[in-house]
Amino acid sequence: MGRYFAIRIGRAALTIVLVVTFAFVVLRLSGDPALMILGPEAPPEVIAAFRKAWGLDDPIWFQYLDYFHAIAKGELGRSMRDGRPAIQLVLERIPATLALTLPAFVFKVALGVPAGIYAALHRGSGIDRVVMMTAVAGFTVPSFVLALILVLVFAVQLGWLPSGGQDSWRHAILPIATLSLGGAAVLARFTRSAMLEVLGQPYIRTASAKGVPWRKVVTSHALPNAAIPTVTILGFMVGTLIAGAVVVESVFSWPGVGRLLVVAVANRDLAVVQCILLLVALTMVTSNLIVDFLYGFLDPRLRAKGAHA
Amino acid sequence: MAPLVSIEGLSVAFGGVPVLRGVDLALGKGEALGLVGESGSGKSVTWLAALGLLPRHAKVAGSVRLDGCELLGAPAAELDRIRGGRVAMIFQDPASALNPVLTIRKQLCEALALHRDLSGEAVKAEARRLLDIVGIPDAARRLSAYPHEFSGGQVQRIMIAMALAGNPDVLIADEPTTALDATIQAQILELLSTIRREMGMAMVLISHDLGVVAENCDRVAVMYAGRIVEQAPSNQLFADPVHPYAQGLIGALPPLDGPRRRLTAIPGTVPDPAHMPDGCAFAPRCVLAAEPCGLAAPTLAPIANDRAVACIRAEASRRALLGIAAE
Repeated sequence: MGRYFAIRIGRAALTIVLVVTFAFVVLRLSGDPALMILGPEAPPEVIAAFRKAWGLDDPIWFQYLDYFHAIAKGELGRSMRDGRPAIQLVLERIPATLALTLPAFVFKVALGVPAGIYAALHRGSGIDRVVMMTAVAGFTVPSFVLALILVLVFAVQLGWLPSGGQDSWRHAILPIATLSLGGAAVLARFTRSAMLEVLGQPYIRTASAKGVPWRKVVTSHALPNAAIPTVTILGFMVGTLIAGAVVVESVFSWPGVGRLLVVAVANRDLAVVQCILLLVALTMVTSNLIVDFLYGFLDPRLRAKGAHA
Repeated sequence: MAPLVSIEGLSVAFGGVPVLRGVDLALGKGEALGLVGESGSGKSVTWLAALGLLPRHAKVAGSVRLDGCELLGAPAAELDRIRGGRVAMIFQDPASALNPVLTIRKQLCEALALHRDLSGEAVKAEARRLLDIVGIPDAARRLSAYPHEFSGGQVQRIMIAMALAGNPDVLIADEPTTALDATIQAQILELLSTIRREMGMAMVLISHDLGVVAENCDRVAVMYAGRIVEQAPSNQLFADPVHPYAQGLIGALPPLDGPRRRLTAIPGTVPDPAHMPDGCAFAPRCVLAAEPCGLAAPTLAPIANDRAVACIRAEASRRALLGIAAE
């Protein structure tokens, strides 16, 4: 059991190192930040001074080691735009993003999981077909299209809700709805197929054959097994809580981490972009780690494998 | 004596395709009945249908009575009491027949709690006793293990223990040893017949292995394409099969003693359930088939005390067999 977790924690750490490296390399290769920030007409000595100040003149491997060193000390650099610590800029935006993604996560689960279970239990029924058609529509329509449709209907046509901004709770409704609908659709489909897979297993028939009432077959035999694959997708969704709303925040001018990322990328604000990427990687890796731990908890076979491997 | 279970005219169709086409079968108290036939002949479906374990889209018709009470269309609560209580069932692939995320204790005690008036410590004690009966060593400790921690043979023993939890009158063993290797097979069959004798339980042994059925059953019913084609006491069926299909099955077995003979194979293949021939389903493969065979499906008719066969050429068939034997 301890080994199972140790292996996974090691893997998680390795993933973070790789992500940091990747972000560093891609961003350094994608253009000269000095020219981007100061413009091509800037005097050479200004550019040289800028480069020196940000360490852009050092060899790239030196910059890389320096960066790791800084991260180890908790320093994630300063924004090249306004000179404030990048981490501070990002942290300021997190509450706004969570104000969208957390309620959206709750709605996704509350809508998607029961819909998927219901559809699986009533496979082939009219309700199953309606749920699945909605689900297919929900996850094939890109979120910016869905966002625009919602704006068109509820803001432009009906005038019930504002189309963008962050002034009141009413401004959060459309972005949350956009995020929830797409996620609920994915979850519904996933839960349904996980449930169908489990319901077709021989041990479900065994449970019925020993006289377990159907309701209990579903709750105590099918659901614990169907939870295993469903937890995977839930873990992925937890991982997107911080930066999963890039598109939606942009459409609704919501000042969250996603908008900050778009602006920072456009400005080649390296410190901010790297800070956000690192944060995203950290949430993703953490949620994957939690999923792995949950697997170990939900599936005794995996626990045994980890212990003997 | 009235039979314990009587099945009459049981038919099952999946999506309009008939897989059982009128099965009549009776099972006496404490009797061991073998059900043989090739894959898809309807052996398992017969009992899954009888216990209401088929998927909802299956169309089931006919009658299944347990001690005179109709099971088809019985309310769910009533069926739940009977399943695992009066009629228990064990399945072919033990590895996937137990829930992988629940401990053996949980699965065993669930059955005990449902069908026996036991609570608390008594449930656990009974669970330990059942594991002892089926020969799982160190029962007290093994109860907290998960199914993947046992071998195939052990899991089948646990399945049997679970089936015994409700003190059933009938145990349906659906190919209980097919997925196991030969030595374990023998042990499981031995265990089943010991338990049956000791508990006075009736057993239906579904198998495509004629040898297994011959050794363990009092009476055998042979199924072909969703019907029972012959029924006889075991020794009589193996010595003197009447239906050409039963003859074919037995002719394909190598004899252990006596002179060597050429093993016979049944020509052709089982008809597609969606395109059953008119009349006798075996006629296209039958060497004795005559014109009337293609007209109407023969019904199961008694030919002797305790024997019945569904073949209009039964007499000719019997003569043909005797002719072969005389050669």
